[in-house]
Amino acid sequence: MKLREVKEILDANVIVGEEKLDMEVKTAFGADLMSDVLAFAKAGSLLLTGLTNTQVIRIANVLDIAAIILVRGKKPPMEALELAKDLHIPILTTKYILFETAGRLYTRGIVGCLEKVEK
Amino acid sequence: MVSVEKILEKHDFDIEGGNFNKAGTVSTRIKSILKHRQLPDEIVRRSAIVCYEAEINIVSYAKKGVISLTVIPDKIIIEANDEGPGIPNIELAMQQGYSTANQQIREMGFGAGMGLYNIKTYSDVFDITSEVNKGTFLKMAINLI
Amino acid sequence: MDIAAIVKQLNLETRSAKDRLKNMVTGGYTGDLLSDVMANSKAGDIWITRQIHQNIVAVATLKEHAGIILVNSCEPASDTLDRANQENVPIMVSKLSAFELTGKIYSMLAEKK
Repeated sequence: MKLREVKEILDANVIVGEEKLDMEVKTAFGADLMSDVLAFAKAGSLLLTGLTNTQVIRIANVLDIAAIILVRGKKPPMEALELAKDLHIPILTTKYILFETAGRLYTRGIVGCLEKVEK
Repeated sequence: MVSVEKILEKHDFDIEGGNFNKAGTVSTRIKSILKHRQLPDEIVRRSAIVCYEAEINIVSYAKKGVISLTVIPDKIIIEANDEGPGIPNIELAMQQGYSTANQQIREMGFGAGMGLYNIKTYSDVFDITSEVNKGTFLKMAINLI
Repeated sequence: MDIAAIVKQLNLETRSAKDRLKNMVTGGYTGDLLSDVMANSKAGDIWITRQIHQNIVAVATLKEHAGIILVNSCEPASDTLDRANQENVPIMVSKLSAFELTGKIYSMLAEKK
């Protein structure tokens, strides 16, 4: 589905990346532990998290994450926001908890990813 | 040793221990260098992950460190050398889930004991040596061929 | 819906308090930061996490969760299991990612309503 539909399903606000809402997304990974994101998240996935620090943005860049969805109405601090703009990583924020966010996306066809990189 | 004429790219980056605001900047930089060389996405991604975990380790535990990137025709070599507490038991530190991270590190989403494990998983060659109260040296290679 | 129904449908393995699978699940909470889970989860939630240390048992007890499911094939630490058996907190494990497990449980809860 398009990122625009993700925004609608989650009643989300787009904080960074309004111009990227036509991007296609198929998979998602939800976690609050960044090491797990590094271990498992697939390139091109949505990253659903409650963390808002700059490291989340750096990791999204390192992993080629399609977009970051911040749950529980979290807003990123200014430096994270600036970094996301510089690195062209969309950030959406939703008022829903991670459980509801993942549930809504899953029931609309987004699938999970738990994949090791193939060498 | 790699002979000088074969080196396509060589960079050293200083890492400041304890500075979480800057943590990850070197990995972002290295990723963009590798991308610029038009290496395959998956290779760039694996290199960036390996580099990022090494960088976070230095910021989390060491006083300071250096990460160096070397690209030769058949591989990418990433080395991380720090001045820090060292690792008394490497075998234990390599285990998934083992961590000595403090609360500050954990609240940021790190310290789940996945770092060295991730590095090993994502690199083709991984070598670690450490001396307590001196520092730790990591050498990783990702094959291009 | 009780925990037993989730265990059966999603092929979970139960690691502690096997006699408590009749606990009713009224909602779910997915998260790995204990402070967040303490602040925002509700009684009757099934807690989905990848944290394995024994503090999860204290959080689940205090918040009166129905139980805990560990994702990504994570296994509870041995002191976590001891504590969970003492406190009667069922801990289950799943091979699925948090996203996928959450999605499946979310769907099950939606069907029962």
